[in-house]
Amino acid sequence: MSAGNGNSNTLTILYDTIRWEEKSLIEAAKKKGVETENIDVKNLTIRLDEESKKKYAGRTVLQRSVSYFKSLHATAALEGLGASVINPLRVASITGNKLFAHMEFQKAGVNTPKAIAAFSEESAAAALEEFGYPAVIKPTVGSWGRMIGLLRDRDAARAVIEDREHMFPLYHIYYFEEFVKRPPRDIRAIVVGDHVVAAIYRYSGDGEWKTNMALGGRAEVCPVTKELEDICMKATRAVGGQIVGVDLMESDSDGLMVHEVNNTTEFKNTVRVTGVDIPGQMVDYALALNKKG
Amino acid sequence: MVNCPECDAEIKIPADSIEGEIVTCPDCGASYELVKAASGGFDIKPAQVVGEDWGQ
Repeated sequence: MSAGNGNSNTLTILYDTIRWEEKSLIEAAKKKGVETENIDVKNLTIRLDEESKKKYAGRTVLQRSVSYFKSLHATAALEGLGASVINPLRVASITGNKLFAHMEFQKAGVNTPKAIAAFSEESAAAALEEFGYPAVIKPTVGSWGRMIGLLRDRDAARAVIEDREHMFPLYHIYYFEEFVKRPPRDIRAIVVGDHVVAAIYRYSGDGEWKTNMALGGRAEVCPVTKELEDICMKATRAVGGQIVGVDLMESDSDGLMVHEVNNTTEFKNTVRVTGVDIPGQMVDYALALNKKG
Repeated sequence: MVNCPECDAEIKIPADSIEGEIVTCPDCGASYELVKAASGGFDIKPAQVVGEDWGQ
């Protein structure tokens, strides 16, 4: 990481791949006459000592690393040395873990799917008997819908649980969610600062019950109602988020519920569908934070 | 313009490209990361486009 001047008109963008999102942020900054220092996290070395504070204190860093573990640890290092990272370490650590996030939503009274946790093969099986079927199994850490399974009955559950016992210990933490009855879509809302700037519906791809765009879903504009705004802001504040993507479902029985807040949110499809200048608003927010120091 | 190491198709590098950006071969779909070439232009290297802990 080169020195940079860390002044109030400079933004550091930390990435591990430059996708549409990162490029649009760099371009948005350029349009505003703001200098960006673009750093590939793979090339980043940071001395974790007092001396480094001179270099990093006061910087504003837009954390865009798509790797959860690299993002989390780079944020810890930079924030520890006095940089303002968007989003802060607490947000990254909570939102990156579905169980941690669930507890924060629960404490803040954010409507979220019912969940149950277990910590061994036997207790996972017993937990599901108590919880009932169908249930959704989710890795506590993971994205893009990977390793999320719909367990329709005991046999399916036993097979998945047994498989997981042969995986990395993280997968021996069992986190099950209720299978929420909902339309074949979910909502992705982008929050910048203290409001929702845009939202889209994400429809499931053909033959797919998950709605991730990475799995072939399609997107449409979702109106930002007061109800949507309120629950998104409640969820964002529950985890301390600054710029986040909030994922919601429309439960047939319980209305809007938040199932995830994303720390390094993707927004390409939201910009494409809504036309809202999300990267511009993200840069404005970061600059305002920079000036506040 | 560079040639895809997989299928030899031509990959256009847009004028506004930046280092680290991902380009995709129009023929075979392989993804590459742009890296600065000694000549001052861009070269390509295979891109990591997915990791176990990647995504939002």
